[in-house]
Amino acid sequence: MYVYDGYDQTFLEERVAQFRDQVRRRLAGDLSEDEFKPLRLTNGLYLQLHAYMLRVAIPYGTLSAAQLRQLAHVARRYDKGFGHFTTRQNIQYHWMKLEQVPDALADLARVQMHGLQTSGNCIRNVTADHWAGVAADEIEDPRVYCEIVRQWSTLHPEFSFLPRKFKIAITGSPNDRAAVRVHDIGLRMHRNAEGEVGFEVMVGGGLGRTPIIARTIRDFLPKRHLLSYLEAILRVYNQLGRRDNIYKARIKILVHELGVAKMAEMVEAEWRSLKDGPLALPAEEIARIQAHFTPPVYPDSPVFTPEFDALRLSDAGFRRWLKVNVAPHRQLGYAIVTLSLKPEGGVPGDMTADQMDAVAALADRHSFGEVRVTHTQNLVLPHVRRADLPALWRGLSELGLATANIGQVTDIIACPGLDYCALANARSIPVAQRITQRFSDLARVHDIGELKIKISGCINACGHHHVGHIGILGVDKGGEEFYQITLGGSEDQNASLGAIVGPAVPNEVIVDAVQTVIETYLSLRRPQERFLDTYRRVGMAPFKERLYAAA
Amino acid sequence: MIKNKNLTGPQSVTANRLADGVVVFLTADSQWSPRVSDSAVAQDAATAAALMAIAGKAAADRIVVAPYLFEVGVEGVVVRPLSARESIRAKGPTVEEREPASLG
Repeated sequence: MYVYDGYDQTFLEERVAQFRDQVRRRLAGDLSEDEFKPLRLTNGLYLQLHAYMLRVAIPYGTLSAAQLRQLAHVARRYDKGFGHFTTRQNIQYHWMKLEQVPDALADLARVQMHGLQTSGNCIRNVTADHWAGVAADEIEDPRVYCEIVRQWSTLHPEFSFLPRKFKIAITGSPNDRAAVRVHDIGLRMHRNAEGEVGFEVMVGGGLGRTPIIARTIRDFLPKRHLLSYLEAILRVYNQLGRRDNIYKARIKILVHELGVAKMAEMVEAEWRSLKDGPLALPAEEIARIQAHFTPPVYPDSPVFTPEFDALRLSDAGFRRWLKVNVAPHRQLGYAIVTLSLKPEGGVPGDMTADQMDAVAALADRHSFGEVRVTHTQNLVLPHVRRADLPALWRGLSELGLATANIGQVTDIIACPGLDYCALANARSIPVAQRITQRFSDLARVHDIGELKIKISGCINACGHHHVGHIGILGVDKGGEEFYQITLGGSEDQNASLGAIVGPAVPNEVIVDAVQTVIETYLSLRRPQERFLDTYRRVGMAPFKERLYAAA
Repeated sequence: MIKNKNLTGPQSVTANRLADGVVVFLTADSQWSPRVSDSAVAQDAATAAALMAIAGKAAADRIVVAPYLFEVGVEGVVVRPLSARESIRAKGPTVEEREPASLG
């Protein structure tokens, strides 16, 4: 893992001291709320529906066990004993007290964590494939480049006041688990004809009120030009992005209005003046950062053990968990294990401090002390010996973190919605809870197969509903919660935006409506067809017919 | 975020306490209570403006932050928010296993 050097650590401590003084001045009346608000937002502190909310960055979703323990400590000491993992690999604390936030940030700084780049019109915390460095299908670990981008972008003076927030995601695998096509910039690592690894550069993706799939402006960017090319894109955006209308300020609108060819041409023109300047990445610097992401030395470990085999034969629950929560690791004898934060009736992404401590202990025992956070609001233990899987499964089951539902109907992404968020129009979490209760039978869940439901409580789409196989958007109709359903969205390498089925349905029937959609799929599917395959084959009509005939 | 446009019926004022963020409601004796039932209720625009003036001073005095008016229904002595948003804000999240924000 990347470890801060003295420069980084000093910088972070100075920022905490600076914010401590800003809070003191606010409480003493030397700063008005208007003056203070941008300062607190720079440190990830929002004022939400009920209280202050602190959003802490988890760069590229990688955490050490020690950091997870400190997140537990912050939850316990400064919040109500839990935290909420977000759709951008961050964690939020929903019940912070302003007067205690400097102490919380000081505690976080001890483990090199902070709230920088989790708010404001800057380059936000860069996200990555949560299986980075371990996925069997990976070309190269994208976190090396995420870290390089982090170092370049943190408090970048030119890009601290962009027209709007700016999100970058990087995948090092052909199978996109980082949703790069719905980011302002998406980077996909691949090999060119000469076998050299570089980036496909996509721009102008995003969700929100104007969902757009990113367009490719460069098929292959050599690694050493990463920062100069990003800087060229940001410069074009910073100059031409709209500041007159917040709804048209994201780069996706600029790309849409200019056209992708013109955008590419302007970026390339800007880049020509930058490409061989000080931003060119020397191979030694890439190697220096790469050294921080060297995989652990994996002792040889068997693929199967008698205990593993016996449990697999005797226990359907273990088999189900192996099937969807355990993924192939690039190292023989090891596995990637996803911990489900989506138990029946639970709040997607929520985790108690006790669970965090327990997972930190499991990470130390079974995963070289490393944990990942996924944008689908789950956690991952990235380096587990297959021989340890029975013990780990039992340990996770005791913690309520072994629900065998990853990628299935109950592995729902949900934004905090109207239960916590000041922007929301409707609740998201209770809808997710009711769906998990409706589909509580895991045998049935596995029969339905891969199905991604994503729920947002407002048009800002933090719950990624546009790219849900089934998307659910909460709307306010005369003070009542209604839900609009979209079908056919996808965030992977074949990204697509969902289409609206028809008029929004009332809160009382949304779960019935989801069930109707799923039953329609089950009645239409061919062997081996996932929900999305069936939808893409048959189109909207049969779903629409069943849904509104039933209503 | 301030959702006080075009309010017509009875209104009350809510804000967050500056230091700890707790949701509070302006009372008839110009105090701030965590209980929505303690809210002063303005029946007309002039009274609502007067309540907001008191709240504005409390914000300037660093007692609260971001005060705004919201619509309430009054039945006898019971004051309750009309919108789902304000109802959830007053009572806390509807998510069962979590502690509510404040006592409703």
